[in-house]
Amino acid sequence: MSDAEDRSDKRVFGKAIKRNEDIPLLTGSATYTDDVMLREMVHLAIRRSDHAHATIVDIDTSEAEAMDGVIAVYTGEDVVESGVPNTIPTAWMLPGLVTPQYRMLAVDKVRHEGDGIAAVVAETPEKARDALDAIEVTYEKLEHVTDPVDAVESDVPPVHDEAADNVAFDFELGEKDVVDEAFEAADHVVSVDLRQPRIIPNAMEPRAAVADWDRGTEELRIWMTSQNPHLHRMLLSAGTLGVPENKIQVIAPEVGGGFGSKIYHYPDEAVTAWCSMQLGRPVKWKASRMEAYVTDCHGRDHTTTAEIAVNDDGTVQGVRVETYAGLGAQLSQFATATPSYLYSTILSGEYAIPAIYCRVIGAFTNTTPVDAYRGAGRAEGIYVIERLMDVAARELDMDPAEFRRRNLIPADQFPYQTAAAVIYDSGEYERAMDTALEHIGYDDLRERQKALREEGRYLGIGVGNFVESAGLSPSGLAGDLGAQAGGWESSIVRFDSTGTVTVLVGTADQGQGHRTTFAQIAAEELGVDIDAVNVVEGDTDQIPQGMGTYGSRSASVGGGAIARGARDVREKAREIAAHQLEASVEDIGFDDGEFHVVGAPDRSMHIQAVAAQAYLGHNLPEEMDPGLESTNFYDPENFTFPFGTHVAVVEIDPETGAIDLERYVAVDDCGEIINPLIVEGQVHGGIAQGIGAALYEGAVYDDDGHLTTRRMDEYAVPHATYLPDFETENTVTPSPHNPIGVKGVGESATIAAAPTIVSAVVDALEPFGVTHLDMPITPERVWRAMGGGD
Amino acid sequence: MYANDFEYYRATSVAEAVELLVSNEGAEPMAGSHGLLPRMRTGEEAPPVLVDINGIDGLRSIEETEAGLSIGALTTHAEIARSELVQTHAPALAVAAQAVGDIQVRNGGSIGGNLAHGDPRADLPAAVLALGGSVSVTGPDGSSSIDATELFHGDFKTEVGDHEIVTAVEIPVAANTASTYVKYRNPLSGYPLIGVGTWVQTDDGGETIEAARVAATGNLVRSMRLEEVENALIGSAVDKSTIDAAVAEAAVDEELYRQDPQASAAYCNHLLAVRTAEALDTVLAIETN
Repeated sequence: MSDAEDRSDKRVFGKAIKRNEDIPLLTGSATYTDDVMLREMVHLAIRRSDHAHATIVDIDTSEAEAMDGVIAVYTGEDVVESGVPNTIPTAWMLPGLVTPQYRMLAVDKVRHEGDGIAAVVAETPEKARDALDAIEVTYEKLEHVTDPVDAVESDVPPVHDEAADNVAFDFELGEKDVVDEAFEAADHVVSVDLRQPRIIPNAMEPRAAVADWDRGTEELRIWMTSQNPHLHRMLLSAGTLGVPENKIQVIAPEVGGGFGSKIYHYPDEAVTAWCSMQLGRPVKWKASRMEAYVTDCHGRDHTTTAEIAVNDDGTVQGVRVETYAGLGAQLSQFATATPSYLYSTILSGEYAIPAIYCRVIGAFTNTTPVDAYRGAGRAEGIYVIERLMDVAARELDMDPAEFRRRNLIPADQFPYQTAAAVIYDSGEYERAMDTALEHIGYDDLRERQKALREEGRYLGIGVGNFVESAGLSPSGLAGDLGAQAGGWESSIVRFDSTGTVTVLVGTADQGQGHRTTFAQIAAEELGVDIDAVNVVEGDTDQIPQGMGTYGSRSASVGGGAIARGARDVREKAREIAAHQLEASVEDIGFDDGEFHVVGAPDRSMHIQAVAAQAYLGHNLPEEMDPGLESTNFYDPENFTFPFGTHVAVVEIDPETGAIDLERYVAVDDCGEIINPLIVEGQVHGGIAQGIGAALYEGAVYDDDGHLTTRRMDEYAVPHATYLPDFETENTVTPSPHNPIGVKGVGESATIAAAPTIVSAVVDALEPFGVTHLDMPITPERVWRAMGGGD
Repeated sequence: MYANDFEYYRATSVAEAVELLVSNEGAEPMAGSHGLLPRMRTGEEAPPVLVDINGIDGLRSIEETEAGLSIGALTTHAEIARSELVQTHAPALAVAAQAVGDIQVRNGGSIGGNLAHGDPRADLPAAVLALGGSVSVTGPDGSSSIDATELFHGDFKTEVGDHEIVTAVEIPVAANTASTYVKYRNPLSGYPLIGVGTWVQTDDGGETIEAARVAATGNLVRSMRLEEVENALIGSAVDKSTIDAAVAEAAVDEELYRQDPQASAAYCNHLLAVRTAEALDTVLAIETN
């Protein structure tokens, strides 16, 4: 660990404290949505389309309705007739965006395999599931398209009549003329065509919901697997059900992973609630794993032509990108933001690039909707710029690390306005890069690579630099770009009368360890033991407002709101202490939880004693209200920009093309570190997912538009046994605008790992003239790249 | 996913198990159930009745017989992998058993069920085929033996009758033999993308190959012997050129491979050749490269 991480002045912030939440999670006492059991509860199963694209001619539910234990069968028409708003809305508008109505259950047409057609409610999950097969659906099949380029260029019937050419949006960033000029003036232009395949998120816990409609009070309580319960409360109200927002309670109990997939308001949870409203009984729905594969929003799905302009001196002059982004059959909430702003604005990477232009065509396809998946947009953008840096270095015959170094934004240039419209807050890119290259012994590795090549062995060294726009998001800026929601976060920090602290915050953990890190923040600010702090998330009746957990925002925005709230509480406590110690506020010091009169250390009062006084209210400053709590809305002034350098070493088996991942070094700079253990955990998981994308994953649709990779033995999430021991380090460059200097780390390693691995494999294959391979780089792709099968 | 409803019986003798299979239409025996239950949960199989044979005494042992080894059907992969008898007399089976799944699967799954399940991706069939093994089965008409070459029909179908249970696996043992199993793991499933089992018998001097069996499993429609490879070995000298000639025959028709989005038939055939060479190098103890 570097010197910068010495936090000897802090008591708990920055310490590697073990996670508070693990005992209930590991012992099974924790409550997940599927553990919620209510009296009179019935079970929902959803009949889904078997076809990629078809007209629904008829749905005959009579046989299913007659089955033992079946309580009701509903179709999309029933939902329409009920008069609810029935619209899954998009949460990010773009100029010219086509927004077809996205309904809770399909009517007239199905648009992708897995599209919901009918809902069966039965006494048991098994009976509901069995009745699905008894629903007779008569289809008239339509031609379909699953590839985003084909969707725009072929003349198959459009996914939506509103978009005859399947184009949902045609987005531009940068001035094309200016960038074209930069390209004309440059010594070299190198291009690469690349595919970033669809990723299936594969959260460990499939989505689930338990809805309980109270017919008397007309209040809806819904437990669901949610990354952002408040957004779900809003969308259930304004989008799908029309129940007033103040009569909806969304509870996200323990949530087993999300990676983005549990951000969105899907039809299924709305249907669960709607069924409860029809029946006046609690209804539970739980996705099977196969259902998750065809309904959880997928990620990525980009087809890109990218170009880079470089001069002989090794400086980058410009980047030009055209991407077709598959959006799937419907617009999920952030499907528009992810491939447009989140993607194009990171294309400068860590580099000083004077001219950047990006065009993105968002295309409807007959596939599961695509939305943000860990790294969302930034992962795709960094992948593009890092592949370009590799091909450009090859073109110039420069070492890829040296070429990167030459183009880094210097540390003294921050805050740095990129040519891709954003201002990087802070960075010391070369320090992180040096740390990574020294750690792995880069120069020695290049020597070893050379020697091994003489023996017919192929070692590859991949260098991946990344920067991420995290801490989503400054509300005003996001609003200017089309966001339909704010990017702030809200906390309530409250001393209880006995001196314990309750922190209520609108983020929503799915495994990140918020109960630990947030307690560390509050405990540090308030000078209390971490055990005295209880962090509460995931219940909209307890936490009035929030925006949830996504976009690497919880530590920086949620943590910022907690720190600010705690400081407000501390300052009120200081006033009370001053009053009771009969000193002026300016003369009250605060140290390790103790308020004391400066110069008279024995005249002191612990903050927890102050809290008791605040609630007693017997002796407070004039005009001060009792109580000791603060509600805080923190709206960040900018994104945060974590960064770092990852390095991978691979060796290729020349016989089979198998890739042996020998070493993986990750140097991450996520600003101030709240808990090094949790940061390391995030980095490990992130690397694993990046490696998964690079080497194993990738959804495949067959010619009939069926997802062929629909189970865990057909779609490989990376197994622990496939991974080397990760060697992680951190540098610390605080965010200058964040209240606690943190930047966030949730997505960093996923963003970094995929390009790093691809870089390493392509580097190994340099003797074969290979400049690029698309993900997933399977052994067969490597074998063919080496001339196998010719 | 939920498995369909089924009735569950626990048999305490082979006769009782057979009786339960006969009297319950569509009943399936279950042992370790690492093959059957996952398929029931995905709806690929929906037997109305399961007959649990785990409680039957006497089916869990590894014994030397006059002909070789007799391995009780309920013997787990882990027990086979660590058995000195198997390691000594049928190394291909020990290696293959160690290559199955993970620790939990190896501790739960058993050899009889693995072979009777008929999963074309399974490891053990290549070893049992290469070793010239057979399975003993008992049904309503008594006991009989099925040679491994007759056993695997592909697509989870085997020669084992609906009312029969596998009681033991017989592996012949002979002098001057060597065997091994080489697996190329499919990262998606953990099953072999290609697995090759090899067995050779030489003359006393170790100079000529007198008998050979080579079998493949994995992305194939069924586990199968590679007779052309065997023919190239039998009667040939133990040397590098023999291996080269045999490996040149290590290919199967494209239609004998199942579709895999990450591995074409051409690539699988390439792997088959590479793994056959590796396996032969091991059993013939020839240093290559």
